[in-house]
Amino acid sequence: MWDAIRQNHRRSLLLIAGLGVLLVGLGALIGIALVPPLDTHYLNPDAAGPGIDPLVSGGWGAAIALALWLVMWALAVGAGDRVLLSVAGAKQIEKHDAPQLWNTVEEMTIASGMGRMPKVYVIDDDAPNAFAVGYRPDRAAVAVTSGLLRRMDRDELQGVVAHEIGHIRNLDVKFMTIAGVMVGTVALIADMFLRSLWFGGGRRSGGRRGGGGGGHALLLAVAIVAAILAPLAAQLLYFACSRRREYLADASAARYTRYPEGLASALEKIGQSVGQARGQARRQTNRAVAPMFIVNPLQTRAAFNLAATHPPLDRRVAILRGMAGQAGFAAYEEAFRKVAGQRARCLDQQVLEGDSGVAARPPSVTPAERREEAVARARAVGDLLTGLAGFALIACPCGTHLKVPPHFKRSELNCPRCGQTHAVAAATKPSADTRPPLRFKRQGEGWESFPCSCGHAVEVSPAFQAPTTRCGKCGRQIQID
Amino acid sequence: MGPLAIVLLVLVGLLVLLVLWAIGIYNGLVRLRNEVKNAWAQIDVQLKRRHDLIPNLVETVKGYAGHEKSTLEAVVQARSQAVAANGVEQQARAEHALSGALGRLMLLVEQYPDLKANQSFLALQEELTSTENRISFARQYFNDTTMQFNTRQETFPHNIIAGMFGFQRGAFFELEDEAQRAVPKVQF
Repeated sequence: MWDAIRQNHRRSLLLIAGLGVLLVGLGALIGIALVPPLDTHYLNPDAAGPGIDPLVSGGWGAAIALALWLVMWALAVGAGDRVLLSVAGAKQIEKHDAPQLWNTVEEMTIASGMGRMPKVYVIDDDAPNAFAVGYRPDRAAVAVTSGLLRRMDRDELQGVVAHEIGHIRNLDVKFMTIAGVMVGTVALIADMFLRSLWFGGGRRSGGRRGGGGGGHALLLAVAIVAAILAPLAAQLLYFACSRRREYLADASAARYTRYPEGLASALEKIGQSVGQARGQARRQTNRAVAPMFIVNPLQTRAAFNLAATHPPLDRRVAILRGMAGQAGFAAYEEAFRKVAGQRARCLDQQVLEGDSGVAARPPSVTPAERREEAVARARAVGDLLTGLAGFALIACPCGTHLKVPPHFKRSELNCPRCGQTHAVAAATKPSADTRPPLRFKRQGEGWESFPCSCGHAVEVSPAFQAPTTRCGKCGRQIQID
Repeated sequence: MGPLAIVLLVLVGLLVLLVLWAIGIYNGLVRLRNEVKNAWAQIDVQLKRRHDLIPNLVETVKGYAGHEKSTLEAVVQARSQAVAANGVEQQARAEHALSGALGRLMLLVEQYPDLKANQSFLALQEELTSTENRISFARQYFNDTTMQFNTRQETFPHNIIAGMFGFQRGAFFELEDEAQRAVPKVQF
């Protein structure tokens, strides 16, 4: 199964080489087209002056294109993860926030043999989805939406997480970052060129073109056509590669979990909600992040076209369901052929060798347990989200969960259902404020105000009885004597 | 330079290539062997994790079903045997016994709805489920890696290098029969 990575390497190098040729070629062509070559150097036709050799201008064009790509690549590697996660509105969590999610990520880290567990993020979004980022496997992160946590049982969640871990383990994120940046650079260069013709270029070369040779005009036309077509070609290459990687990540997920049905049923659930919430998703989901999710939220359900980042969902589900009690790569390939036709190929021969007879395991949750769990899960997700929003949580023995807003001023709180008193300080996260409390002495019985260290005036009402309170602005504890 | 020198030079060149190629194969085998060791260490970590969880679990169950002494004691005893176990085979047997005892304990829990609603018990239940999963995933990875290591040693040309440097086949972490191979499902 380690050869899966090698297969990816070879294919990705091909893709990157193809994109590189496209990038450099476009740069060179634009360089030649923008700078008038020797024979059209009409301004001083008599001088044997320094005209510009097309080799030089083309070389400069290519060099500028490459430099632009390098800069964008460095940006993507350096800050790409953080940007993507923050654009998606993902918040990092710890184990106590969502133990089951955390555990499944750790389980899949073990199953895939990765050295280090990825960081875990949660996105507050009711549409179920997930994605992975991380240029290097040891600095990767997995992000899932709250809608996914709400809807998936343990097996399904495990399948989704395994798919994302598969992306990380197969180095998909790395290559798709490099390739994605290349596609972006090609588009950027083409765009800049076309715009420069429209605005600046028209004015500058307008007078020249009359004296310019027909050869140059032809070159310009070729460059324009190339600038229009190159981004499309780059994207098609990228999409084809992206779809293959989705299949491979699905196959990896089946192999890691030994339970293809988990991912299949998760994909089905995600597909249903994508269908329902399409209008909403289209408005909310950022186009830049969309292709990274386990199911592209902007893509129509059954469509199979060249401009799709993901294979159609129905087909992915059908392949996983067709694995007939097996969980290995060989079984996935066989199921793929059953669905896509006998002559279709998905995984490389290298991956398939010696990978037969990997049996799938039985489900770990029964339907009855699933129903029972659904209620508890919905509640746990609600608690997780309020926790991420800065609320503290107090679990009252009567079963009520009290949600304490950030900077809640009183130190004690009564349960609205059973009336039991709870200490607020015990529930707030220890990381919130570790400074020692400020001490103030009450002067009389009326309204009083004390200056907090942050400058905020803390008001105390005549009815205030408790020994401590909190600053409404910075949250620092204040002791009233 | 005579023809003899050229032939010699070519031979030396070929020899250097051969040595480089052998080094590559040797390094690949060593890398796999280390991966097998790592995978085994991971199983150990997860087994220890399970041993650490059990006292907590027993304490929690005791609070609600303290009179079910024999079942609770069986779990405690199976745990101490598993902790003391040495060697792959003995460890596998002890862990299997522990899984059985845990399974019986969890069947018992079904009769105590209060216990099943207890928050710390629910948290422990998730930890135990996850630990069982981790053990089986760690074992799965160990066996996959061992399988790859063994296959690599048996195939040409790796078998020559493996034979020269005395690489040993790795043993699989197997339970006694097919029925036991799947980690016993903990029923709550």
